Amino acid sequence: MTHTGEGQAHPLDAPRFAGPVVQCQNLSVRYGKNLALKDVTAVFPAGAVGLLGPNGAGKSTLLKSLLGFIVPEKGTMKVIDMDVATSPLEIRERIGYMPESDSHIPGMNAVSFVAYCAQLSGLPATDAMQRAHEVLYYVGLGEARYRNIETYSTGMKQRIKLAQAIVHDPDLLFLDEPTNGMDPKGRDEMLELIHDLAHNKNVNLILSSHLLPDVEFTCDHVVVMDKGTVATYGPIKALKGTTGRVYEMRIKGDEAQFISVLRGEGFDVKDSDEDVMRVFVPGAAGDNPKVLFELAARERVQVRHVRPSVPTLEDVFARAVGEK
Amino acid sequence: MPIHDQGYRRYGGTRAGIGRSWQVMTRAGVMSIIAKRQFLALMLFAWAPFVVRAVQIYVSATFQQASFLAPKGDTFREFLDQQGAFVFFVTIYVGAGLIANDRRANALQLYLSKPMTSAEYIAGKLAILFLFLVSVTFLPAMMLLLTQAIFAGSLTFVSNNLYLLPAITLFSLAQVLLASTTMLALSSLSKSSRFVAVMYAGLFFFTTALFNALRGITGKTSFAWLSPTAALEQLGDVIFRLPPRYQVPPSVAGLTVLVLIAASLYVLSRRVRGVEIVT
Ligand SMILES: Nc1ncnc2c1ncn2[C@@H]1O[C@H](COP(=O)(O)OP(=O)(O)OP(=O)(O)O)[C@@H](O)[C@H]1O
Ligand SMILES: [Mg+2]
Repeated sequence: MTHTGEGQAHPLDAPRFAGPVVQCQNLSVRYGKNLALKDVTAVFPAGAVGLLGPNGAGKSTLLKSLLGFIVPEKGTMKVIDMDVATSPLEIRERIGYMPESDSHIPGMNAVSFVAYCAQLSGLPATDAMQRAHEVLYYVGLGEARYRNIETYSTGMKQRIKLAQAIVHDPDLLFLDEPTNGMDPKGRDEMLELIHDLAHNKNVNLILSSHLLPDVEFTCDHVVVMDKGTVATYGPIKALKGTTGRVYEMRIKGDEAQFISVLRGEGFDVKDSDEDVMRVFVPGAAGDNPKVLFELAARERVQVRHVRPSVPTLEDVFARAVGEK
Repeated sequence: MPIHDQGYRRYGGTRAGIGRSWQVMTRAGVMSIIAKRQFLALMLFAWAPFVVRAVQIYVSATFQQASFLAPKGDTFREFLDQQGAFVFFVTIYVGAGLIANDRRANALQLYLSKPMTSAEYIAGKLAILFLFLVSVTFLPAMMLLLTQAIFAGSLTFVSNNLYLLPAITLFSLAQVLLASTTMLALSSLSKSSRFVAVMYAGLFFFTTALFNALRGITGKTSFAWLSPTAALEQLGDVIFRLPPRYQVPPSVAGLTVLVLIAASLYVLSRRVRGVEIVT
């Protein structure tokens, strides 16, 4: 069994698909009375895109609609330039799906399960078996590959779901909450794998998650969803780099008075418990904390500590979801 | 550096065209059932009547005194009627878990995320049950006909009873399709194969009991259409050119069978989805 050889496989950097991988236009999806997606228009560029949102935002619903599981009430969807309504099979030949809930094919061990999935995707039996072994090593289940999946732990079940999603070498991966139920070490390894797939193996992917760090670690772009709509989207760097900057600041002196002065200057201030305040300095002035020192000098308070705080995706997320 | 560095390769080999996945399903399903000892035992029992009848044919062809054992047209009808019991057991053994187990393991969303339609999934599952049921009805019946020709050393019987070929085919098809579609539909309704097995057996006995009760009360057999088994028997008589045994028009009996098959396919088309909508 070779799982490291070169074979006649494509070079890893051969291009897959460059255009936008998913485009939805005015998409509305309904479960009975519940409108789960409301007129969603979104474009997912190639690369690794996070689909971020709180529980019930409609992330899984969007992925399932793209797979053709749910017929939308209205709107159009395109996946790798093909229409979901007319070419669902051609699309599914080229994508891999890691569902949110535990799932496997009953009565099979890991290798036969993954090889079976490869065959269902059209691979010949021998290729399917070989790739099943390779992929199981890749996701870290090499040692457990002859065990019945029903005996797997939650973390192992997540890994095998990833294995069946990548065994046929898809151009696009849908990962629905891939780190759910994993311990910190397993979670790191899963994120490492996803990062590797996206950045070294050139697999386009959409990662649905409510965990910001997961998306930040693995993705370049993000689409933020909330209550069935798209709240914001864009490259993570750009979203984080909105003009202005947040500083963490500690002073000695009349804190309440100084905060009201800062607010008077138009700065957004959040006061936390441990006498650290977070000051948002908007615009170009934010590039430099000089303005804070000047104000402190004017108000005769002593600056103990000033440190630029990198805006996390969490800030972006909170702002985007909060606006709604 | 992650440990899994080299493990993933691009795939440059061939891919079968769309529309083949059901064959993969059927092959895997058949293999997993054949691998079971219990099932082999069941098949052994199911073929015992064939062996008995083959011996009868041999004896009748070899010894003049035993010519009363020679097969007639009715023999094949009787044979298929008897095999009905094995159709029942094989249907339950093979069929109960076919979709129910997939539902329990959430496998439908995996299947349907591959390049296959739900119709293909249903076809792949149906084919598993269909093949096993054919192997206890149509196959032994035809082999019996062949055995007759071989032992008699002539095709006289076959050509004198040429209607047996379409009759065996048609009747076993009705038997097999009725059993496999209704079982598959029941299997799609639950996550427990045991529950499905009990439901199937329950419906089987309940409809038979209902028919017999009405027969006792009214003294007539015109309610035979209430029992799929009785409807099938009535249909079988017509197919084998025998006087019908119940007082129900054969067209009504045929309609019962067709409606059950159609209803089962409808249930399947509703139940085999990537998403189950809960309202
Ligand atoms: N099968 C279903 N039947 C009926 N309603 C559903 C179904 N699945 C989801 N919903 C509803 O649709 C909405 C969106 O759910 P969805 O599962 O897409 O959210 P999500 O963003 O994936 O959330 P989570 O982070 O919890 O997975 C919710 O209001 C949910 O209750
Ligand atoms: Mg979800």
